[in-house]
Amino acid sequence: MLRLALADISKQYPAVKANDRVSLRVAAGEIHAVLGENGAGKSTLMKIIYGAVRPDEGEIRWNGEPVEIASPAAARALGISMVYQHFSLFDTLTAAENVWLGLDRSLSLAAVTARIREVAGVYGLDVDPVRPVHTLSVGEKQRVEIVRALMTNPKLLILDEPTSVLTPQAVQTLFVTLRKLAAEGCSILYISHKLDEIRALCHHCTVLRAGKVTGVVDPAKESNASLSRLMIGAEPPPLQHRESRPGAVVLAVKGLTLAEEDPFGTALDGVSFDVRAGEIVGIAGVSGNGQQELMAAISGEDVRAPAGSIRLFAADISRQSPRTRRRAGLHFVPEERLGRGAVPTLSLAQNTLLTRTRAVGRGGWLRVGDVRSLAESLIRRFNVKAGGPGSAAKSLSGGNLQKFIVGREIDAEPKLLVVSQPTWGVDVGAAAQIRGELLALRDNGCAVLVVSEELDELFEISDRLLVIAQGRVSPSVPVAEASVAMIGEWMSGLWA
Amino acid sequence: MLRLEARPEPSRAMSMASPLIALAITVVIGTVLFVLLGKDPLRGLAVFFIEPVKSAYALTELAVKATPLLLIALGLAVCFRSNVWNIGAEGQFILGAIFASGVAMQATPSTGDWFFVPVLIGGVFGGMCWAGIVALLRDRFNANEILVSLMLVYVAEQVLNYLVYGPWKDPAGYNFPQTITFLKSTQVPKLFAGYRVNVGVVVAAVAVAAFWVLLFRTYAGFQLQVGGLAPAAARYAGFSSRKALWTALLLSGGMAGLAGGLEVAGPLGQLTPHVPAGYGFAAIIVAFVGRLHPVGIVLSAILMSMFYIGGELAQSRLGLPKSLTGVFQGLLLFSLLACDTLVHYRIRRKT
Repeated sequence: MLRLALADISKQYPAVKANDRVSLRVAAGEIHAVLGENGAGKSTLMKIIYGAVRPDEGEIRWNGEPVEIASPAAARALGISMVYQHFSLFDTLTAAENVWLGLDRSLSLAAVTARIREVAGVYGLDVDPVRPVHTLSVGEKQRVEIVRALMTNPKLLILDEPTSVLTPQAVQTLFVTLRKLAAEGCSILYISHKLDEIRALCHHCTVLRAGKVTGVVDPAKESNASLSRLMIGAEPPPLQHRESRPGAVVLAVKGLTLAEEDPFGTALDGVSFDVRAGEIVGIAGVSGNGQQELMAAISGEDVRAPAGSIRLFAADISRQSPRTRRRAGLHFVPEERLGRGAVPTLSLAQNTLLTRTRAVGRGGWLRVGDVRSLAESLIRRFNVKAGGPGSAAKSLSGGNLQKFIVGREIDAEPKLLVVSQPTWGVDVGAAAQIRGELLALRDNGCAVLVVSEELDELFEISDRLLVIAQGRVSPSVPVAEASVAMIGEWMSGLWA
Repeated sequence: MLRLEARPEPSRAMSMASPLIALAITVVIGTVLFVLLGKDPLRGLAVFFIEPVKSAYALTELAVKATPLLLIALGLAVCFRSNVWNIGAEGQFILGAIFASGVAMQATPSTGDWFFVPVLIGGVFGGMCWAGIVALLRDRFNANEILVSLMLVYVAEQVLNYLVYGPWKDPAGYNFPQTITFLKSTQVPKLFAGYRVNVGVVVAAVAVAAFWVLLFRTYAGFQLQVGGLAPAAARYAGFSSRKALWTALLLSGGMAGLAGGLEVAGPLGQLTPHVPAGYGFAAIIVAFVGRLHPVGIVLSAILMSMFYIGGELAQSRLGLPKSLTGVFQGLLLFSLLACDTLVHYRIRRKT
């Protein structure tokens, strides 16, 4: 008998059909992958199963019985638990208190603490229930979330992109836990776009594209290429790699120590590295290890850096504003596209004015025609799918907006481009295009610094790799001499 | 049953139509109100919507009331677009009136007709000073500008009272709390003989154009608005949030002060405790009903001044209290807030 069976589930949103006659069948004790690009309808489908969204059509069967899941509470009552991609934990409470919040009040905190220890022990989830959440690493926070989901002995566990915040080693640990859970009869829905992980872990895989099921396969028998074809309809073209010829030092960071700005931030501790013209330097690391603080110090959004700690072409820029740095050739693409890299409600044309001032005339007068034509040329050159230069930034898909923002900075002909998470939440085709543009920029002699949590991406485009952990940065290693295992170890802060 | 459904993107048409629907709702509720009060609703509505535009004199009086609302609301629109919540334009208006009066009282019988210019500059300066206190406290101590600006209104009223009951009281004024009547040379020139409307209307028209240019054609205006719409994007771009705070507050304070100066050097001609007529608060409604857009603000300022005149007329013609003005203003703002839901949502019949 199937644990969960969805038949012909459809959900129409005002602008898009998120799910179009989707069927999904999960047996007891099965680890079932749901694979698809951003916007393929994975999240909607999971929300339907978890009772957060009601489907327009279709039938849900739970252990063979047709059910209506009206709310997450109803889902939990059936035995469905979910671990979200973005944690929902209160930083100021302890792990046990956070778990306790979600349970019924008949249990005492002491009983919950004991039960957490028991569950954690059984599944090899290393969690200290009495530690405040803000002192936990991201991997530990995720374990708290998983323990919370397991407290009620679920029959189906939904995990949404669980590995995006984990080191390669932590991913292996997680897999051990998941296999043990499955062996005990718990079904697992594993949502991801990482092909290697799905092939290593999952028994079955349902592939979604544009709201429709494009295939139900045994991932172990598929290749990355064949899964990728099901997911996006084509394989992305391979990147053109050329030998890099590094030139003079463009960015030199030396002894950058910076206290955290907010209580849950990460302090930078003696960060030193440099980036040369004509090379791409990648910074790997688990999120929350000081990447944001380092990027803010380099971009000029945070001007507290000690004098002399950041130099651009030997000139001290550590206290300069972002505009001054930009005039000196430093351009930056932040990780948040909406609200930081672009103003959501303003048009693409107006958004060019954030970093480009070619259309600003004498006395601060705006040449509206020039603003528009710049946006038009960016849309054309970088193949951005948008209504036109007048479209609001928030009307674009994540990938298209990212192409626009990366394009806006590349088009400025920077001498140093700093990019944070270049392809986060971007579909495979757009990601390949952005990586290609970064390589082309490097070949033209620009220095490029990339921060990413996707190790594959860093190995693909970088010439040298650095690792950031707990606010410290490792020595650099040429990509040819680096291995995933070694970088993964460094991500825990263990370098010589 | 009806239900609200999120629109894929905000409706531009509804954004324009929403103030008109709000006005219609205000009229309907107003009608009900008149019926409940036992008054003829048609006559009641005529007092508010027809009488103020019936004759040349009525139209010029409309302009007299609309001018301060328009000037203050323009400044507030920049403030609100920059995400700086200056609620105390009333206080800045009072300080503008006080400073302008201070200058006006320096006039002697021999000063020329140009003297109204320094009087108005004094008004602008007074409003800027009062708003500058808000900016300073926010900048230095991160004090909430909503509370500080609002509470400074009451301080301003006390300053005004102190002056007109104390040092500035007209010695020949039979002990009434008011200053001397300012000399003719300090008066803002009138546009037409026999009407109260003066050059202030022209100043307001120029200000509308100037604010439109600032908001939509200058880099400075763009920076201000980015700071309001997405502070993180402003930081990323390197636009200074402190500069935006000071600019927005000084600009709106200056505009409120100018309006205050125009009042005392125009229709009033002296400083009295009755100078604050609530223009500073009404202008908040004017700014929002006008969609924080200079041209929209012109229309909403005219509408709001109709309510002011209608309220006064309702008092004399219908025997209803003048506070009816406030009722209509409140009705309009609430209806607008409700109608704005339709910019982002549409109504669907539940199946």
